[in-house]
Amino acid sequence: MSDPRAAGDPVLSVHGLSFRHHGAPATLFDDLSLAVRSGEFVGVIGPNGSGKTTLLHLLAGVAEPSGGEVRLAGRPIRAIPPPERARRIAVVFQETRILFNFSVLEIALMGRSPHLGRFGMERPEDFAAARAALAEMDLTGREDRHLHELSSGERQRALIARALAQEPAIVLMDEPTAFLDLKHRLQIYSILTRLNRDRGLTVVATSHDLNLAARYGSRLVLLHKGRVAADGPPDSVLTVGRIREVYETEARVERDASTGAPFVIPIAPL
Amino acid sequence: MPPLTSRRLWVALGLLSAGFAASVAVCASIGSSHHTILELFRQSTDNDTAAATILRIRLPRILMAALAGAALGAAGTVFQAVLRNPLADPYILGVSGGAALGAFLATAAGLPALVPFLPVREAAAFLGAAATVGSLFLLSSAGGRLLSYPMLLIGVIMNTVYLSVILLIETVVDFTRLHGVRLWMIGSIPIEGYGLIGGLSVLLVLGVVGLSLSGRDLNLMSAGEDAARSLGVTVERTRLVTVLLASLVTAAVVSVAGPIGFVGLIVPHAARLVFGPDHRLLVPASALTGAIFLMVADTAARTVMAPTEIPVGVITALCGGPFFLWLYRRQRGGAYFE
Repeated sequence: MSDPRAAGDPVLSVHGLSFRHHGAPATLFDDLSLAVRSGEFVGVIGPNGSGKTTLLHLLAGVAEPSGGEVRLAGRPIRAIPPPERARRIAVVFQETRILFNFSVLEIALMGRSPHLGRFGMERPEDFAAARAALAEMDLTGREDRHLHELSSGERQRALIARALAQEPAIVLMDEPTAFLDLKHRLQIYSILTRLNRDRGLTVVATSHDLNLAARYGSRLVLLHKGRVAADGPPDSVLTVGRIREVYETEARVERDASTGAPFVIPIAPL
Repeated sequence: MPPLTSRRLWVALGLLSAGFAASVAVCASIGSSHHTILELFRQSTDNDTAAATILRIRLPRILMAALAGAALGAAGTVFQAVLRNPLADPYILGVSGGAALGAFLATAAGLPALVPFLPVREAAAFLGAAATVGSLFLLSSAGGRLLSYPMLLIGVIMNTVYLSVILLIETVVDFTRLHGVRLWMIGSIPIEGYGLIGGLSVLLVLGVVGLSLSGRDLNLMSAGEDAARSLGVTVERTRLVTVLLASLVTAAVVSVAGPIGFVGLIVPHAARLVFGPDHRLLVPASALTGAIFLMVADTAARTVMAPTEIPVGVITALCGGPFFLWLYRRQRGGAYFE
């Protein structure tokens, strides 16, 4: 919140949100409110089952809240036609299974769908946008490959390229670097940071990796038991006391000398 | 394969249409009497018999086979995409089982003999299929949403239950009375009047065009339901419309030709190998490929062991089984059957 880049207007916000999974006995969220401002890089953290993925799906408008409202640039997201919503918000999901042998370029072109007419074919500018997104993700030589021929890192980059091809103002990512090795984690977060800085892309990413989230996010939102347990710059959110309370883990919090970000060293579960 | 462009779409469909026309001409020239389609355009003494053989016997059957193949090919492609399952075929949701039960019930009750001038068995089969799809929609929706996994599960269960009821009918009803419907159940192409063929053609063309227009949504749904939603697809509406249209064209041809197996499973896979995975081309291409395949299979059915006729369902299964195994071996390790 103290970050000067986070001074934009709220672009995506939830108001009094409640949510219960179909058939679940208890609500996951009860009266949750949160606002993401234009140009922010928000890391959503929290223990398993705290609702990170569900919050992302609700923000994306792909899940319906049981109560409350999600607003995109002040408008109720339900009132926005799906293709228009898809031109503003792109989502990278955890589940990456794509049926049938679509090539990497075809997958990137899928991101152009919200920009086409109901029955339109891709135009030259759509091919250009898809290729630019693939170049951004360092996949230029991989256009004709099928998804299963790629490494996990390349596969994830192909799906991020699809999101970038949408030319959205906001990208929502669910654990974008789960299953990736050290190099590819840093690579994907560096690209996101660059897009955030250079193009003002608003990024909301969930993560289990507190240190990665702290290093790249300008703001962290800590979810716990359906509430926002803490919200603010990484060093105000990641404290020894909060980690003990929310993650039930004894930890030391130090400061990374090179990046200045807080650094969590877990010691033992409580 | 490069991504689909308008040019590739129309070139592929043009070539397939030419292949379709050529297949009609060749199949119409093969049969136990040696008349070829060329005789229709020549002045010869034998002209009338040639015309009678080709126009009244061969051509209606060929066109009926083409219609059935087209419907099964297009519907199979759509079911595989909507249910996100490469093993899906047009019968997986119980359309064929429902049609068969309808046909057996009507026949066992002796209805076709009561009103011999009406297509009672066909009507009963269609009603059975329609009732099945209707109850499937009711049973597999929750909170106004049509769920694909329950749909698959319920469809498979309904098919099994239907089969048991049919076996029960076979046990208790006089054997000779069921002979016709039993033949229908194996799947064979009847010679129908041009009125019925025309009506089915209109239904089928509208159905395939409607399904092809949903092609881009089907592509996005192959990437996952949430992904499709995030890309602007109204998943529930697309699923409802496509399953309904695909079931309708399937029910229409099954009522007439019986549940011919394997066409709706292998034609989509074969077409995908040749034309790629983009459903805007794949749906109409599967329709044309299915039409050509079933036309050729049916011509083989009536000529290979002439004068004995092999049920066309036997031929499609004999071609389809090995092809599918080959495809599986070829694609092993790929994302195809993950």
